[in-house]
Parts: sequence; structure tokens; C-alpha cells
Amino acid sequence: MSTLLDRRLIVVTGKGGVGKTTVAAALGLAAARSGRRTLVCEVASQERITTTFGVAAAGFEEVEIEPRLHAFSVNPDEAIQEWLRYQLHSRTLAGLLGGSRIFQYLAAAAPGLAELVTVGKVWELAQLERKTPRSAPYDIVIVDAPATGHGLALLRAPQTFREVARVGPINRQAGIIDAFVRDPSTTAVLAVTLAEEMPVSETLDLERRLQDELSMRLDRVLVNSVLPERLTAADRDTLKAVDGSGSSTARAAIAASLATHQTIRAQRTQLARLRRGTDARVATLPHLLTPDVGRDDLERLSRALEQKL
Amino acid sequence: MSGDVEVALKGKTVVICAGSGGVGKTTTSAAIAAGLAASGRKVIVLTIDPARRLADALGLPEDGNTEHLVDPSRLAAAGLNGDGELWAMTLDAKLTFDELIERNAADAETRDAVLRNPIYRQLSGAVAGSQEYMAMEKLYELHESGRYDLVVLDTPPTRNALDFLDAPGRLSRFIDSRSLQFFRASGRASLGLVGRGAGALFSVLKRATGMDLLRDLADFFNAFGDMAEGFRDRARRVEALLREDRTTFLLVTSPRSAAIADADYFHRKLNETGMPFGGVIVNRVREHVRATAGPKLEHELSELVDARLAQKVLRDLEDHNRLAAGDSHSVEQLRAGMGGDLLIVVPELSGDVHDLDGLAAMAKRLFS
Repeated sequence: MSTLLDRRLIVVTGKGGVGKTTVAAALGLAAARSGRRTLVCEVASQERITTTFGVAAAGFEEVEIEPRLHAFSVNPDEAIQEWLRYQLHSRTLAGLLGGSRIFQYLAAAAPGLAELVTVGKVWELAQLERKTPRSAPYDIVIVDAPATGHGLALLRAPQTFREVARVGPINRQAGIIDAFVRDPSTTAVLAVTLAEEMPVSETLDLERRLQDELSMRLDRVLVNSVLPERLTAADRDTLKAVDGSGSSTARAAIAASLATHQTIRAQRTQLARLRRGTDARVATLPHLLTPDVGRDDLERLSRALEQKL
Repeated sequence: MSGDVEVALKGKTVVICAGSGGVGKTTTSAAIAAGLAASGRKVIVLTIDPARRLADALGLPEDGNTEHLVDPSRLAAAGLNGDGELWAMTLDAKLTFDELIERNAADAETRDAVLRNPIYRQLSGAVAGSQEYMAMEKLYELHESGRYDLVVLDTPPTRNALDFLDAPGRLSRFIDSRSLQFFRASGRASLGLVGRGAGALFSVLKRATGMDLLRDLADFFNAFGDMAEGFRDRARRVEALLREDRTTFLLVTSPRSAAIADADYFHRKLNETGMPFGGVIVNRVREHVRATAGPKLEHELSELVDARLAQKVLRDLEDHNRLAAGDSHSVEQLRAGMGGDLLIVVPELSGDVHDLDGLAAMAKRLFS
């Protein structure tokens, strides 16, 4: 855990629906508990982190939601405005340009500009010398990034702009951001997955693409929602032998237990496949057994995380 | 209302399966197409990024944008026999974009200039945005070909539903003639040929962005020039197809709360934007087991197995029913939000569905 939390930036990605937001929030909780001034940052967001903590949406503003734990939500439109203000050293000029149709055409036309300003804002949040006036630095910034493909697009954007804008301020800034996100001593990419076939495949694919397209390493894989394995093979055989006898409720209970066991076996197969295929460290997280993750569940998950990393 | 997907698809020729990632959208799309083929229709399912084993099960070739007939004997072996035909294709977004340029370019020179331009290469290769539009473009193409009774589209995984619905509009705006004029003018601006107003704005842009990006953009729009009208016209027709009566959107979701929230949001947006909504399919719903972990059951179990194993079964049962209760809560929440619209519950099938037998099992649940 210590080595992971000593990074300035942790990018949490993975297939849709695997619990990225929950894991990012739990990681934030663990970091804050360790005494670090922590920011959890949502991207393309529906403000799910603040919802989980039961506080008002943060928006494009750094809000302390618990001691040492802050939340923020990046929105590309506001990030572009902020970037223009910084770029032109003038709020008026930035407003004029940002509001002009022509600039909006440029923003729409330049592929990946939204991703660039988003990752640029994330970079700024993770700096010891903040550019945002009257803002304190964070020890660690945890980004709840979009799903795999779009998450990669985010990490790739600075490189893209270095190539497209061969000289000038965009080229220079993109270079600085690119170096930061690709330096393993400052930034770690963490994949969240489930012990199921498609999420595992997508995780392995992510690792390959990180390497091929960005020369980046996947730092860790967190396998979410792993069910507790109770039955041994002998237990299963015993249950199978008695299945069909006894009261109807006993039969139903045994059937449920056997079905759960089958799911767990499938999880183990996928977990083994993941461990064989990845160079990253793999840790499992327990299933929370609840559809709506609340503050208590996050606490439980963050304690489990602490022990696993 | 609960029921059969057949009802939602009556008279439809285009089916768009939408929803967030990880809910079994690709599998559901394939199962719907397989079910329709089994009932005698000639159907093609256009998938975005199928799992290898599902692709293998369908016999999909590695190359994208290839129409492939799924072997009828393999379908029949899985119990999906019928008079129809099941076709499948994996989308290659970049290739689709390149083909569009080829079709619209006036001559080979223009075509090559666009295909070589760094802005175009970034744009067409970008995951965000162009994939969504190209999926619709290919859908339109397959539909217009008249070769199929129905086209089923598996949409790219988007966190934000609007990204997908808005794709044709965004492309239209991107190639809007005003922006074309501006960038063509700014290409000349470096030669000092534009008026003072545009010149001032151009100098601000130059300060903010650097020169080369603008020049590439200007080159791109210059080369793109005469194609713009064709593109815009196409985007308009694609968007019109999405709104037609013969098109329907099916929302695919799982009972996990994040997916439910996305589905609810998408449903609202579809209604707001006047898109035709067919219903929602909730996958992977765990069913409640009619047994309660208590002394009575413990006693009943201990007559069959030893006390240690009985305890394990009780705890497994508790976990299972806790998961099932959560799922059923989510489904009811979703049902309340859907009003009277069609809602189909597909119970959790053991393991991931990645073979034709699995598809057949799923199709059976969808076409009850």
C-alpha cells in the first residue's frame, strides 16, 4: 500500500460496471486515513463519489467531504475555460475567446482536446505548486477515470497533442503532462476488474495497449466482488450426493449453495487466468453483497484494501 | 408490462441495443438477432468489440466490416433452427471512416490528402466520438442495402448516453460550413489575406494554441472542402433513421445500481429527444431461493449432512438471497421509472454466455 500511496497520481480504470468509482472512493478513504491530504477526482462524471458519501455534488470545485478527503469533478468545458484563462493571462480575453463560435469550432475540430484539458486539469491538481489561486497541494490525487478505451484516450491525449501541435505552447504543455503521467514514480495506473471472462480479457488488453501505445506499465489489478469460497470439493460432492432428498427448503438451500459454488469456481478460473496473463500485482476485494454501496461499505472495502496492498 | 421482446420488435427493421458497459449488451444483441433468425428473418448483428469466445462461437472473421453468415448447422445444433439467416459483423470504425472519405472524395488526390492529414488520422483513430458515429454510419449502410429484414446494433460502451445519441449531430457540427469557412480563411490568414476581425481572433488563437495545429486544421478543412456537403447530408439521413418508426432502442442493463442509474438516465434522455423506445432488458438477475436460514432449516440440513457443512450451506444461502434481494429491489426501482414500458428480466445464467448454447438459452428467455 505504502508504495502505491506514495505516488502523486493514481489513475483508476477498467471495464464499465466493475466498480471503479467504489474502489476509487475506498482507496481515497484509505489514503486519507493514512494521513495524506487526498483528492478523489471524477471524470465525465455523474457525481457518484459524493453521492456515496451522502454529500452535495462537488462539481468543478475542490470540496472537503471528510477530514483530509476531498472531491472534485472534471468537466471539459470548464477545464477549457480555465486553461484559456491561464494561457491568455486574462479572464476577459479567455471569456471572449471561449465564448466565440470560432473557438467552439476549434474545440470540436481538434480531436482529443476535451481529453487533453481534462488530463491537464488532473495534472494541475496533482502538482505541489498549484496554478489554481489560493489552493493547497495534495499528497495524492486519485482519478476515477472512464472505462478502458476512453481511459486510454485520456492518457494518450498529451502524446497526441505533442505530435499534432509540433511547436508552441500546446506542444510544450502537453510534453510536461505526458512526462508526468508516464513516469512510474509519480503516476500509477490501476485496473479494477471482476473475476469474469470479459472484464479479465479487457484488463489484459488494457495492459497490452498501455505498453504498446504509451510504453506504460499497469501497476496493479484489483479484482472486485470476489465471493467467499466456503465449500471444498469434498463438500460439493457430499451435497451433490444428497441433492434431491430432504425437505423442499433443504433442497432449495443446497441448490443455492451449489449454484454459488459454481459461480465461485468460475471466479477462480478467471482469477487464475488473470494472474497467468498479467505482469501487474493482483489483489482481490470481497463482494459487498449490497446493491447500494454506502459509507459503511466503503469503510469495510478500504480496510480490506489496506491489507491487500 | 412484462413480456416478450417480439412485441417490442413488431414492424421494426432497426434495433439499437444501448446501455452501459459490462451488462451483457453484445451477448443480448447477438441473442436477439439469433432469436429473430430462428423465427424466419434474415438478420445481421453489428457488434463493436465482442469477447473472443463469443466471436469464435459466431465464427466471426478477424477482419472488421465483413458480413459473415453464421453456420446454420451450428445454430441448429444449439436449438436455434429456423428458416432465417443470422449474419454478424464486427465494426472497424477507422475503416468505415476511410470508406466514407473514399466515397465522397471528388478525386484520388483529394482522397489521399485527407487520408494523410494528421488531423484526420487522429480524428478517425480516436475512440471517443468517431466510433459512435461510425457505428451508426455502418448501421445505416446495412439498413439501406436492403439485404436484411432487420439490423441489430450493439452500441459502443459509453458512460454517457448522450455521447451516443449526439454522435451524428456532433459530426454535422464538426464539418459545419461556418467552421470550414473559418479554417479555410485562417489558412490564408498566414498570407495576410483576411479581414481585420478574423485576423485579430486568429492571432489570439495562435497565442493560445501554437501555429502548426491551426495549419493542419486549415489543410484538413481545405482538403475536406467539397466533401462537407455530402457528409452533412449523410449525417442528417443517419439521424433521421434513428427517429423513424421502424427503428427501436432497447435498453440493456444489469441489476447493479450503477447500471440501473445509467439505464434510468438513458430512458429519460430517449424520451426527451423523441427517440423510439422499445423496452428494457435486465440481465443477470439472481432469483430468490424460497428458504430461510434459521434453526428449522439447520435441523433439516443436519439430517442430510454434518453440522459443519450445514453451516456453510446456510451462509451460502444467506449470501445468495441477499444478492437476490438487492437485484429484485433494483428491478422494481427500474420498473417504477419505466412507467408502462416493456421490461424483460433475464435470470443469471451460469457463467458468462459465450457459446451458441448460451445464446440459445438467452434467446429463449427473450422470446418467451
